[in-house]
Amino acid sequence: MADTDTTTSGTGPATSGTATSGGRAADGRGRRAVRVGVSAALTAAVVLAVLVVPLLFPLDRQAVDLAAKLQPPSLTHPFGTDEVGRDLLLRCVYGLRVSLLVGVVAALAATVIGTAVGALAGALGGWADRAVMRVVDLFSSVPHLLLGIFIVAMFRPGVWPVIISVALTHWLSTARIVRAEVLSLRSRPYIDAAVSGGASRWRVTVRHLLPGVLPQAGLAAVLMVPHAIWHESALSFLGLGLPAHEASLGIMVNAARGSLLAGDWWPTLFPGVFIIVPTLAIAGLAGAWRERINPRRRSELML
Amino acid sequence: MLELRDITAGYEPRTPVVRGVSLTVAAGEAVGLLGPSGCGKSTLARVAALLHRPDGGTVTLDGETVTGWRHRAPRRQRTAYGVLFQQPRLSADPRLRLGELIAEPLRAGGRRAEIADRVGELAPVVGLTDELLRRRPHEVSDGQLQRACLARALVLRPRWLICDEMTAMLDASTTAALVAVVESYRRESGAGLLAVGHDRTLLARWCDRTVRWADLTGAPAARAEAPADR
Repeated sequence: MADTDTTTSGTGPATSGTATSGGRAADGRGRRAVRVGVSAALTAAVVLAVLVVPLLFPLDRQAVDLAAKLQPPSLTHPFGTDEVGRDLLLRCVYGLRVSLLVGVVAALAATVIGTAVGALAGALGGWADRAVMRVVDLFSSVPHLLLGIFIVAMFRPGVWPVIISVALTHWLSTARIVRAEVLSLRSRPYIDAAVSGGASRWRVTVRHLLPGVLPQAGLAAVLMVPHAIWHESALSFLGLGLPAHEASLGIMVNAARGSLLAGDWWPTLFPGVFIIVPTLAIAGLAGAWRERINPRRRSELML
Repeated sequence: MLELRDITAGYEPRTPVVRGVSLTVAAGEAVGLLGPSGCGKSTLARVAALLHRPDGGTVTLDGETVTGWRHRAPRRQRTAYGVLFQQPRLSADPRLRLGELIAEPLRAGGRRAEIADRVGELAPVVGLTDELLRRRPHEVSDGQLQRACLARALVLRPRWLICDEMTAMLDASTTAALVAVVESYRRESGAGLLAVGHDRTLLARWCDRTVRWADLTGAPAARAEAPADR
């Protein structure tokens, strides 16, 4: 199908209905619009689902139905049932709710920490900047997951330890981005003018520097959401995240590993899809935002 | 009296841009500093405005030896200067409306009560209408933005004005208007002026005396130059 499409558009663009008649630029713009549209629709659907479904279909976490265990997808159970007969679609939505909550809260917390640290380093400059950035290097030399496991292990299992763990391991890239932006803004003449106008360090930072880095910090926060979702799933998969009875995508994938070996593909596939699809949707939106605010590519701002 | 003595300044410790330069501006005097681009005259102007810490030399401001630059300078010393830069685009915070831009030094000094009066007084002087004051920097031309920057420099009634190639991006009529505003402010307040530029004719007409960069660095004794001398 793809082959025939390319040959027809190559030989005669006017005859093929699907090929765009514009040039390469128009084609790219169209593709970008489609990407943004699809990403926005998916994100909206995901957010709507996790907000509305729990109101309509409450989930009894203890209820098991062993007679209906491991049923393949059907009309009554569109995603099938898991190894103790619970409906996978409902559990996926609940798991996604936890993941999104953890993702958004942890990303916000990480961005706030990172922005504060980065702005501090960039605004002070000199040895304070060097000292702060060495601490950032120290933190980033420890693998994220290892540090996250260490932090989670200090608390009782629950949502908040996971959020703290993700926030404390993910502020580093934001701090680097914000520091670099602050350093580049700091040498602008309008900062000189503010200094000459009698503005204090604090005022220069809060009034002139931070508003200038907010678009980058916001983008970093959005890109952090998928990272945090993955991190939560990884911790839950390892049994370190949420309590085992909670519906969490990582816990569901972990519990379904055994049945995957027996050939039952649906209990692992659907939670996996629920991890990947919101990730890609949010990353697609963030990519469009990045192209808007910063045409030159920055490796820190890619997923 | 603004006195720069044996100033050595630069951005790399090994290679100073300005080496052992001395320059004196008497109270109420207008001094033009002429020089080719990249010679370090802007750096010297930044040192004089307490915006760049020199590696060596002393700056004396109205009889006081300056001990700190940028934020380390007392607010009283920093606000004694009104500074104007070459590129209005870069010297205006892109998020502030022109009215807020002009009021910013008053706000930073905790004198909000005076904002309405002072901005209302300065805007017609520099030639900005109320409608322009409500626009943001990207919605106005370079000349209009430089007018706002001039108003911002004058809003605290500084005793010294440092104009770092203030008119390099502007057309002749805007240049004339801005120079006229600066001159009328100086007549009224008796402020001193250090104008940096490479437009020999403009500086010769504008300033009491012009100094060539080559004379400052080559033979420090021969500082002054008659304005008519080409």
